[in-house]
Amino acid sequence: MNLLELQRRMAEDVRRPLTDDFDMQQSTEDGTPLSDLAGSYIKPNDRLSSFERLEIYNRQYWFRVIGAVSEDYPALNALLGEKRFDALVLAYLRENPSVSWTLRDLGKKLPAWLSEHPTFAGRRHQLAADVAALEWAYVDAFDGLKLPPLNAEDLQGLGPDTRLALQPHLQLLQLRYPVDELVLAVRRDAPETEIVSNASMQRKQVERISLPTMKREAVYLAVHRYDDIVYYRRIDREAFTMLTSLRDGGTLAEALGTAFHRSRLSAEKQAEKIQSTFAHAAELGWFCRADKH
Amino acid sequence: MPANRFNNFTDYGVGIGLRVPHYEHIFSKKPVVDWFEIISENYMIDDGRPLRLLDQILDQYRVVQHGVSMYFGSAQELNPDHLRRIKELTRRTKTPWLSDHLCWGSVDGRYTHDLLPLPYTFEAVRTTAERIRQVQDTLEIPVAVENVSSYAEYHESEMTEWEFLNEVIHAADCGILLDVNNIYVSSQNHSFDPAVYVDAVPAERVAQIHIAGHSKFEKYILDTHDHPVLDPVWALYARAIDRIGPTATLLEWDDNIPSFDEVHNEALKANKYLKAAADKIAAAANQPEEVLA
Repeated sequence: MNLLELQRRMAEDVRRPLTDDFDMQQSTEDGTPLSDLAGSYIKPNDRLSSFERLEIYNRQYWFRVIGAVSEDYPALNALLGEKRFDALVLAYLRENPSVSWTLRDLGKKLPAWLSEHPTFAGRRHQLAADVAALEWAYVDAFDGLKLPPLNAEDLQGLGPDTRLALQPHLQLLQLRYPVDELVLAVRRDAPETEIVSNASMQRKQVERISLPTMKREAVYLAVHRYDDIVYYRRIDREAFTMLTSLRDGGTLAEALGTAFHRSRLSAEKQAEKIQSTFAHAAELGWFCRADKH
Repeated sequence: MPANRFNNFTDYGVGIGLRVPHYEHIFSKKPVVDWFEIISENYMIDDGRPLRLLDQILDQYRVVQHGVSMYFGSAQELNPDHLRRIKELTRRTKTPWLSDHLCWGSVDGRYTHDLLPLPYTFEAVRTTAERIRQVQDTLEIPVAVENVSSYAEYHESEMTEWEFLNEVIHAADCGILLDVNNIYVSSQNHSFDPAVYVDAVPAERVAQIHIAGHSKFEKYILDTHDHPVLDPVWALYARAIDRIGPTATLLEWDDNIPSFDEVHNEALKANKYLKAAADKIAAAANQPEEVLA
């Protein structure tokens, strides 16, 4: 077995899902005993069989990746409860193994994946999907790039054909529930985490947190970073549409047209909203040059 | 020991890992610490608070980078995005040397996020040395490779771990981050004499030493970094320092992290051994030279 063959063999074995009791499976899907596979490349010693030695790595792998995703989604964990959340994360990770050198990206696809797998959250599916979207927006806002913002002089020179970029750390969300309240309640008690050790021999327990009641309500949210702190800022539908259009590469004229399409607001009210949105966005440094994005 | 580019850090003294729970203490009390080791991956991000806090630390302390996901021993090519990001960080930190592990952890673009042991084969020596040289050439700073704790041995191995380490560092022309806790853990898991390992390490290549705590299970020992350093590891450290001379030393404490003072005081116990080694060198230097006939 050459180096590449051994690494492919071991990687497949290390990433093989654990049993419900978090032990290594006894055989592969085609019925090959894992003890045979482990014995083909791992030596036993006087205390541990080849199977048991491989199992240490198999368990460490799953505890580590489950732990990494769980740290990014504490509110989803609190909402679903540990059993459902673990099942969801395991299923997600089976379909989405890490393809990055950093654990930071491991949970990136979970919001989209959850939207396509409604059974994991049952009747709370839409609420759970909103929570997941907001929790990942937090990750992107926390360490997303901050470009030099446009200054007052830059903003005075804007015309209908201008295209503006938005700060990469700014995340725009259209939600069906006011989950910012729920996520804030959970995050208030969650410690900041980082990558430190590779040794993970047990699942970390999450304390039960009392969650606010959620009633369906359309919420538009800007998740952004200011002075290195992440904020959730509620914005109105028009501001959300305007900013989203700009982010998608639209001109100012197109962004305003989209935002007020079929609007019943008077021209005066529309002008007020535009002015207010731009004033706030500029004050928070959200606009930057499209060519530097 | 004459200084060279790998062991030119004899005045670094005793450092500790920079960890989030200690930030508040460090910034408010400004403790005297010889140096901090950072986990590179925690700062290989686009922007945000971790980088701002790192900059504050860099203003006041010496910082050395230690990585966990370079995977020198993976059979396939290094990840160019990882290399680019780590180079950016070395420019920021001006780390005098950079360390990562003598292990593998990824194959076919999938990552295990573990420090998996290599088979001690000549093929693995060639592959690993080539990757280390590539990193060293790209980063243009000395690279030190760290021996890992392991729980498995392979049928394919053609030499001992310390013979493998020697082969790799000479083929790669790199330094060593000697983790004496890892040597102890592996010695117990694989039934070899840890003193033989320490005595086989080329002293002139050792850039840094790691000390840490571990956990004992019924049939094996796990490298958990969640305890004070145990006596057998201190004994091994004393032996290493006696052979190698004063060397930059770092305590790793990554889980169940106690107060800053508790971690720092544990690390400072190393000074007793460093002083003894320095005294020994001074005494040798004061011996009258033999008069040659």
